[in-house]
Amino acid sequence: MSGKPKLHYFNGRGRMEPIRWLLAEAGVEFEESFLEKKDDLLKLQKDGSLLFQQVPMVEIDGMKMVQTRAIANYIAAKYNLYGKDLKERALIDMYVEGMFDLNEQLMSYGYQPADKKEQHFANMMDKATNRYFPVFEKALKDHGQDFLVGNQFSRADVQLLEIILMAEECKPDILAKFPLLQSFKAIISNIPTIKKFLQPGSQRKQPVREEEVPKVIAIFY
Amino acid sequence: MAGKPKLHYTKGRGKMESIRWLLAAAGVEFEEEFIETKEDLEKLRNDGVLLFQQVPMVEIDGMRMVQTRAILSYIAAKYNLYGKDLKERAWIDMYVEGTTDLMGMIMYFPFQPADTKEKNLALIIERATTRYFPVYEKALKDHGQDYLVGNKLSWADIHLLEAILMAEECKPDILSAFPLLQAFKGRISNIPTIKKFLQPGSQRKPPTDEKFVAVVRKIFNI
Repeated sequence: MSGKPKLHYFNGRGRMEPIRWLLAEAGVEFEESFLEKKDDLLKLQKDGSLLFQQVPMVEIDGMKMVQTRAIANYIAAKYNLYGKDLKERALIDMYVEGMFDLNEQLMSYGYQPADKKEQHFANMMDKATNRYFPVFEKALKDHGQDFLVGNQFSRADVQLLEIILMAEECKPDILAKFPLLQSFKAIISNIPTIKKFLQPGSQRKQPVREEEVPKVIAIFY
Repeated sequence: MAGKPKLHYTKGRGKMESIRWLLAAAGVEFEEEFIETKEDLEKLRNDGVLLFQQVPMVEIDGMRMVQTRAILSYIAAKYNLYGKDLKERAWIDMYVEGTTDLMGMIMYFPFQPADTKEKNLALIIERATTRYFPVYEKALKDHGQDYLVGNKLSWADIHLLEAILMAEECKPDILSAFPLLQAFKGRISNIPTIKKFLQPGSQRKPPTDEKFVAVVRKIFNI
């Protein structure tokens, strides 16, 4: 019993990735148990380990936590990444919910059927560059600080870096019109725990490869 | 300038309804400005008051809050409906995410193609009775208390009542296998602020009918 959080998911990004980012940033070592086939999921369900029969599930502090946002909220609060008061928390939540929406599009792209891929790609690039990135660029411009909220590092900064990097994987020059996001990316990437997470050999996961998709789908459907 | 929260949304349930429930349960009076046409939505967007160009938007405490969960979390914390510590909060969050998933299915149901309706309704009922309600029934059974978390009314209880009532609109006897949820429903419905919200003339919105689906499709271009 290591006392380390233990993540239950498949060996890919999906909905678990933001949680890996938050733990890594907080310098929290964690273990992972990967679902590789449907039977692995069925076993967890039969064991009664999954409150709503779903993953992500994270064993942490004596709880078997499920639901991405519940888990992320808990980690953020526990490691002081959630602002100093209710209003900062509100702003962080607004930003982070926007990021979750964009993340949903980015992470599901690889799983789209061939005939839907082009439309999905165009839509997510449009949303990234016209709906989401302008908001964060403006936030940084308006207060002139390094971090999104309260002049203090928070989960919003971690999650923004995550989606910037994911968006760049789709379109390398996606930050062309966002100079402050470019410098933000550099600053946040250099935070020691994040820098470490960005290096090869970390627990950060790669984008799903086309040939892996059927295997992942088979776990859940 | 009343100082009351002001809700911007269509005159229907959608994603704003849970916010109406929570404010009402907390005894907070609120105003509503209804989006009735595409132009109303465009105006909000052009005025720059929607952070991500989307509603719900709630003017509250000097902020123009968007994103349903952000708004709900803020209200819950402000009115002491979010548990007493981090662990209670974690449980409330987990429970609320479950009821959000269930209510999401019910909310989208009227917008689905006619030929999928029967299948979708069956799935809603299956999920309600085999995935979600058993969890809440068991939670109440295990601790034997009146409320889901920490022996005190929280956002989780209010959200669950909302989900129960929505599910009953799909299938009136949907709680037949869940005696503790039936008692829970009776208890929470009798809380004065909630009882008031459940009466005709309150700001609670009716289920979405076909006519309203058409209105919503036009406003949001979906």
